Amino acid sequence: MFLIAAALLLQPAAEPPIDWDKEFGVEEKARDPVTGELPVDPYVQDNRNAGASPFSGTAMAEAFGGQDGIRRIANRTVELSEADPRIAAIFVSHDMVRLKRTLFEQFCYILNAGCDYSGRDMATAHKDMGVRMRDMNALVENLQAAMREENIGFATQNRFLSKLAPMSHDVIER
Amino acid sequence: MDQHFPRLLAALSLALACVASPAWAEDAPVIDGGKLLLTNGVSTIEGTSGGGVATWATIAGRETDRGIGLSGHVTLIELPDYGWQSHGVAVGIANRIELSYARQNFDTRDVGTALGLGQGYTLNQDVFGAKVRLLGDTVYGDPLLPQISIGVEHKRNRDTPVARAVGAAHGKGTDVTLSATKLFLSHSVLVNATARLTKANQAGLLGFGTAGNDDHSLQFEGSVAYQLSRRAVIGAEYRTKPDNLAIAREDDWLDLFAAYALTDNLTLTAAYVDLGSIATFDKQRGGFVSAQLAF
Ligand code: HEM
Repeated sequence: MFLIAAALLLQPAAEPPIDWDKEFGVEEKARDPVTGELPVDPYVQDNRNAGASPFSGTAMAEAFGGQDGIRRIANRTVELSEADPRIAAIFVSHDMVRLKRTLFEQFCYILNAGCDYSGRDMATAHKDMGVRMRDMNALVENLQAAMREENIGFATQNRFLSKLAPMSHDVIER
Repeated sequence: MDQHFPRLLAALSLALACVASPAWAEDAPVIDGGKLLLTNGVSTIEGTSGGGVATWATIAGRETDRGIGLSGHVTLIELPDYGWQSHGVAVGIANRIELSYARQNFDTRDVGTALGLGQGYTLNQDVFGAKVRLLGDTVYGDPLLPQISIGVEHKRNRDTPVARAVGAAHGKGTDVTLSATKLFLSHSVLVNATARLTKANQAGLLGFGTAGNDDHSLQFEGSVAYQLSRRAVIGAEYRTKPDNLAIAREDDWLDLFAAYALTDNLTLTAAYVDLGSIATFDKQRGGFVSAQLAF
């Protein structure tokens, strides 16, 4: 590895550097100056994209500390996953600013805490990501850790997970 | 107790140390250890994965769909007139196939004298198991579709003369199990139902079938468990059994258990078991403890 790197570095830099993005027609993606998010391919927004029907009543939203608590849990789940050696590689190349927002919206919508979900459906969002069962379990553990930190009771955690677990078919690659 | 067991464990640990070393850090290791805690069940008295007494549709080991999992266990049961010790190993392949082996040692203590076998005569049996997950997942997917597995348990009683003496037709037998297991997350409740075709008298420790009835009979194993936390679960099990031997009545089994994952790899199970009447000695109720190491 080091030898190859050294050999590459030692090559005379006579020719002008090639813009590979331009050569291959890769479009430059710029972050939105307001939201800080990268653009995604167009899709139809619909709460059904959240992949589960919301709980009825306000008990779940209250148990999760309303929108503030839910936002902390969604953010923390993403942060733990970005730092988790088991699955970090899947997250690094994606837009974590957008993911924190959409994951919050999804959780908030499902927990009936007064949000609409504006993200993509689960199959589209995770297409070609190569997610395996092991990665899914790692993410569940990170979500459980985030909920634990917010002192969500275990039975309540499981009730929420019961809405997410059936989505595994759309997330895990077969 | 079997002298090979400590050596087997040592060999197992060595193999694990080699395979689990981070030689290929990027991809998941072969022993991936990625299963959610407790979703491999605990080791049953027959060496399969399940709830202690009942076999479940779970696959042993902590592997997921691309890895290999391993587990080893030791179980002790203390009864008024008998002592049970069993131990075994299991391999899980891709959360699809489970291969297991268990050795059961049943100490007859004073009953041995009464039956003319001799004080502390121990009945021994080897159980070789294979289980395949056919469809479904205990945790994920359709919330009403359980994980369904089919299994065989080939049992070889090592005291065939004794089994014959009490009226059994054979010293060997094969059980077939069909199990369905689901964790109903919305209620934190796990339910298992197993149908077992068997000829075994007292799980095989008193042989298989009788001269008069040498057919497999259909038996049922049911378990209900409540998940208290990621690491703790409590539950109850009921297992029906054939009652073929003329010389002694055989009862259904039941147990109340608590399992705790002390670490990601070590799970301890404690249970109250009611094994009913065994070889004319009634009310065999007592304590069950089991330790399982799983990777
Ligand atoms: C049931 C389980 C899961 C749920 C409910 C879920 C939810 C979501 C949501 C709401 C989005 C945003 C969609 C959008 O941007 O429009 C998303 C994207 C993403 N998810 Fe998941 N996810 C799950 C499992 C996983 C797993 C197991 C991984 C990897 C270990 C993962 C990695 C990602 C990544 C990297 C993105 C960003 C995609 C992109 O921006 O292109 N997700 N997920």
